[in-house]
Amino acid sequence: MDLSTLTIDEARAAVAERRTTARSLAESCYARIQKEDSQIGAFLTLSKERALEAADRIDRLAAEGKPLPPLAGVPVGIKDVMVTRGLRTTAGSKILGNYIPPHDCTAVSRLEAAGAVVLGKMNCDEFAMGSSNENSAFHVVRNPHDTSRVPGGSSGGSAAAVAAGMAVATLGSDTGGSIRQPASFCGVVGVTPTYGRVSRYGLIAFASSLDHIGPLTKTVRDSALVLRTIAGRDPMDATSADVPVPDYVAELEVPVTGLKIGIAKEYFGEGLDDEVRKAVEEAIQTIARLGCEVVPISLPHTEYAIPTYYIVATAEASSNLARFDGVRYGYRAKNVRALAEMYRRSRDEAFGAEVKRRIMLGTYVLSAGYYDAYYLKAQKVRTLLTRDFDEAFKKVDAIVTPTSPTPAFKIGEKANDPLAMYLADIYTVTADLAGIPGISVPCGQTQSKLPIGLQILGRHFNEATILRIGHAYERARVN
Amino acid sequence: MKVSEKDVAYVADLANLELSAEERTRMVRDLNSILDYIERLNELDTDKVPPMAQVSDRYGVDESKQGSERFAYATRPDIHNGLRKSLPHAEALGNAPDSDGTFFEVPKVIER
Repeated sequence: MDLSTLTIDEARAAVAERRTTARSLAESCYARIQKEDSQIGAFLTLSKERALEAADRIDRLAAEGKPLPPLAGVPVGIKDVMVTRGLRTTAGSKILGNYIPPHDCTAVSRLEAAGAVVLGKMNCDEFAMGSSNENSAFHVVRNPHDTSRVPGGSSGGSAAAVAAGMAVATLGSDTGGSIRQPASFCGVVGVTPTYGRVSRYGLIAFASSLDHIGPLTKTVRDSALVLRTIAGRDPMDATSADVPVPDYVAELEVPVTGLKIGIAKEYFGEGLDDEVRKAVEEAIQTIARLGCEVVPISLPHTEYAIPTYYIVATAEASSNLARFDGVRYGYRAKNVRALAEMYRRSRDEAFGAEVKRRIMLGTYVLSAGYYDAYYLKAQKVRTLLTRDFDEAFKKVDAIVTPTSPTPAFKIGEKANDPLAMYLADIYTVTADLAGIPGISVPCGQTQSKLPIGLQILGRHFNEATILRIGHAYERARVN
Repeated sequence: MKVSEKDVAYVADLANLELSAEERTRMVRDLNSILDYIERLNELDTDKVPPMAQVSDRYGVDESKQGSERFAYATRPDIHNGLRKSLPHAEALGNAPDSDGTFFEVPKVIER
């Protein structure tokens, strides 16, 4: 069993057909993690007891010839911003360095109910704030394709683990691109579902109107399998949508002929790396040859997406991170004389630089006198950006863009220039602001063998179409 | 230069962050750089544009209703999955940095 190419289907089949056991599959992953993760840094916490208990339960069912749940024995990793009962969850931060949650994230419960085996918690940028996984309070994650480079972020650990064959699938979170961009940098598939498609209950909040949970996998079909399991209304999350979940896997086989694919000129302008442009243009040709019609469109407010995002996201983050005050959980500063000092020093000592920067920016744009000029203004521009997509989707069924303007950059390259780091999200933040789904699929490599990602955006709750296009493209590319 | 050291000190106060002198200096620089970039939003005329607080209103809100009934999509029965015990006390205190077994303990509040 080759872990570097093992898909969910192959893993399930091998366990169901008794060619291997869930336990042995989990143990192989741990052996691989033991061997390789010291160079990658993808995992923050391993959960061997939980994993082997789950694996043994599956093996007992298999031995008794009982029907197995849909993800039986599949080894998965969970980004450390999702809580796992009894298993340390840090959000990549010192402020939760020893936090043991008393409950499970809904997406995790659904995966485990489907038989998946949780190997451990994935490293990420602190509180999901970052585009390179250099902001983890614990250690950097390295890109398995070139360990001098970043894996992308904030779900860097999740993407790297799948790319390096240490987990068959992982869950990540996406607020401004944090699933799609690392998927693109690491050469794996990443799906950001429609806002509200997957419950956020148990996801440690960064920006409540922008956060999403989604899968990172080796193939589009695997992502469809995971999405089918975790999507759906959850009474514990008032923003989770009461919209039926299609069978994304069955829908993959519906032909893509006749679909209209929009190409927005704003995503192919200045700043786009030449090799990325070439690979994406070739991918568009391949998709056209599958019978899709390529339609030029415009998303005129694209250049205002990053400033809008950095107001809305930081404002919401400043509010969400107010709960980390040292009172009920998490880090508490020592030798404090009074409550106010406890709040201020606990937060200052345990939050990293990027988190503090975003809290400050968010607090500033919400403060009296500035609220209208910044936050309210940003909310109005958000409407304009969303209308751009509404107009576009009257003419096309999906929009294809590069996922990122560049391939993976070097570790340390953008670390001292926050604005340069923010601009890396230029093609991904628009989807989060509008709440539409997006997928990144590998579409080639640079001369120096760095992966390049193709992004496909779709209408609200139309994951089925973008998965279908991604799947058809993936198959055409291999053949 | 929009943001001064005084502004940074004021905002840090609001955000309950005790920044060191070095952090304050860097923050002035970083915030100004970002806010400069954000200025471009003023190129857009948004006078007649409604603000968008979140996405879920678009496909959940019942336009035919008034007041909070419009947001019925976001509600659920009070008693969900039957009556259950709430999080046990001991578990709730499980991550407490300091506790007397009943309450979370914190340093005393002093009027400033």
